[in-house]
Amino acid sequence: MIQKQMQERAKQMLSLGEVTCVLGWKKGDFSTNPQPAVFESEKDLEDLVYDKYCAANLSKYLVELTKKEGKVLVFLKPCDTYSFNQLLKENLIKKERSYIIGIGCEGNMQVDDDMQEIGLLEKCQTCTKTAHMVFDELIGEELTVRQGDDPFEGVLNLEQMSSDERYGFWREELSKCIRCNACRNVCPACNCRKCVFDNNKYDTAQKVNASSFEEQMFHIIRAYHVAGRCTDCGECSRVCPQLIDLHLLNRKFIKDINEFYGEFQAGADTDTPSPLTDFNIDTDPEPGSVHKRG
Amino acid sequence: MFKMAKKDIPNMLTLLGESMDVYAPVKKGKLTNFEDFTEGAELDIDTLKTVKSPKDFFLPQVENLFSATSQGKEINIEAKALRDKPFVIFGVRSCDVRAMEILDSVYLSEPVDKFYEARRENGIILSLACNEPGQTCFCTTFNIDPAHPNADGAMWVINDNIYIEARTEKGENLVKLISKFLQEGSKNEIVQSQTAIREKLNKLPYSDLSLDGLEGNQLLDLFDTPQWEELHKTCLACGICTFICPTCQCYDIKDYDTGGEVVRYRCWDSCMYSDFTLMAHGNIRNSQKERFRQRFMHKLVYHPDNNKGEISCVGCGRCVNKCPSSLNIVKVIKSLAVKCNV
Ligand code: SF4
Ligand code: SF4
Ligand code: SF4
Ligand code: SF4
Repeated sequence: MIQKQMQERAKQMLSLGEVTCVLGWKKGDFSTNPQPAVFESEKDLEDLVYDKYCAANLSKYLVELTKKEGKVLVFLKPCDTYSFNQLLKENLIKKERSYIIGIGCEGNMQVDDDMQEIGLLEKCQTCTKTAHMVFDELIGEELTVRQGDDPFEGVLNLEQMSSDERYGFWREELSKCIRCNACRNVCPACNCRKCVFDNNKYDTAQKVNASSFEEQMFHIIRAYHVAGRCTDCGECSRVCPQLIDLHLLNRKFIKDINEFYGEFQAGADTDTPSPLTDFNIDTDPEPGSVHKRG
Repeated sequence: MFKMAKKDIPNMLTLLGESMDVYAPVKKGKLTNFEDFTEGAELDIDTLKTVKSPKDFFLPQVENLFSATSQGKEINIEAKALRDKPFVIFGVRSCDVRAMEILDSVYLSEPVDKFYEARRENGIILSLACNEPGQTCFCTTFNIDPAHPNADGAMWVINDNIYIEARTEKGENLVKLISKFLQEGSKNEIVQSQTAIREKLNKLPYSDLSLDGLEGNQLLDLFDTPQWEELHKTCLACGICTFICPTCQCYDIKDYDTGGEVVRYRCWDSCMYSDFTLMAHGNIRNSQKERFRQRFMHKLVYHPDNNKGEISCVGCGRCVNKCPSSLNIVKVIKSLAVKCNV
């Protein structure tokens, strides 16, 4: 079983001093809620699990973990490696402080309020991430990756609505938001040291949706800010307690970027210039000329 | 004890709506939350727990306190009106009822919070026994009995009927308003269902969760325990746990400057946030470890220390289900209790 192999390899690397800690998933109180965890001893590693409930994308935790001296062994599923690459590109994690073991994935399960499995997570139903984009080694023969439903189907449906209908749809969805910040904090692309919505200095801090304008503003600013950097890891929709389909917003941006600038997948590598954030003064035309060229 | 046909509930609520605001668990799409029960709303008393607790009706996520305008040298300050219209919340579970009592300990002790008090005075709570307690429930750890809920009136759904027992004067007055739907029922008729609920509770995964090791005066021991380092490590500092928790009670006060007017409002705060307790001199909790510790020390130690041993968790299990990192108060209780036992 792949979990056993992961445990063995992690124990070996820890005992040889090749890594200082291991980032994986730990057995939870329920089989359906394993917990992202940092393991520091071989004994702790007895509790490491890997199964269809290990949906949490561990890349985000590396932002904090790789600030410290030492080296972290991290287990990444194919989709998680895109986030890793993107964070690497943004200089937010240090490659030399991490050792990636790529692990196969057959899709993760959504769990209901009573901790019961209720089918594949949306992010897994529409998974297109067919391989690990970055790794030091791979474990497990079962590198099954699903070729899922079309991720843009939901966006296409929205595009077909009249603008009034679409506005109505988003108002309805976003008015459910309780501003718990889970979508933001779980998101690997939301990695500002101080989020503008937490910033008391400039009156931009917002702890609550005081009006329908504010609930929309939070999400629209967030979507714009992660545009071109969002790898579509699906974590935002997974964690939203109010079940808002946040991925629709991000995928609209991804679809538009693909159409306007050519196919682009954030996190596929670390050197392709990003359509929205890279600008080279010598080779890129001035934005004004792009406009003229059409 | 009265009983009425379950199918009459929507009509009964509509009748109540003539004299008060009515809030009830309403299903919208895949979500069930307490909402205004208005025409066409889909009542859902089968879902055990709403995503948000009903604490919003007493401590709204955001509320304006006063507004200030200036005219020449004069400043006019206008306090926002206190709630003066009665309302009923229908179908509150035992854990959430207890949570209100915990909020009372804070908001109704001196200095009394007038906004909260006015809502409490105008609010009537009808509780509902939990026929199917959930996997993450651990209310019994706090001696809460979901088979015999408290509040102004208690209700039990048994087959096609709903049994109602008034417990307070408010409850009795409410029962009078809906008398045309009611017929006499007897306590004996609910006993079987109560026994069944208690049997189910005994089989829940957390049924033996105990607080041993947390009682007594060991504030500093718990504060300094190395366990916090381990426990907080994967906390994302989001705040889901505080916002869905029925007993979390902290708020922030802010001003909203519209140009012509300044509105002072308060809104829920979360100890998991970086500017929690930020003061002029800076912040006393600068790491996520300290903030994480605050949440659980407050619930398990500080609040009980200040309130005759009352722990400010009711075991609703919402945080168990919703934390994106699968952290929760059960893990903390287990870890701390173990620490103190050795
Ligand atoms: S996770 Fe959902 S409820 Fe929380 S802030 Fe994001 S959209 Fe709002
Ligand atoms: S404990 Fe969980 S829900 Fe609470 S702030 Fe941390 S990550 Fe968010
Ligand atoms: S701490 Fe968790 S279990 Fe306890 S009352 Fe709050 S949400 Fe419910
Ligand atoms: S925690 Fe107890 S009172 Fe609350 S929903 Fe579960 S069984 Fe009912």
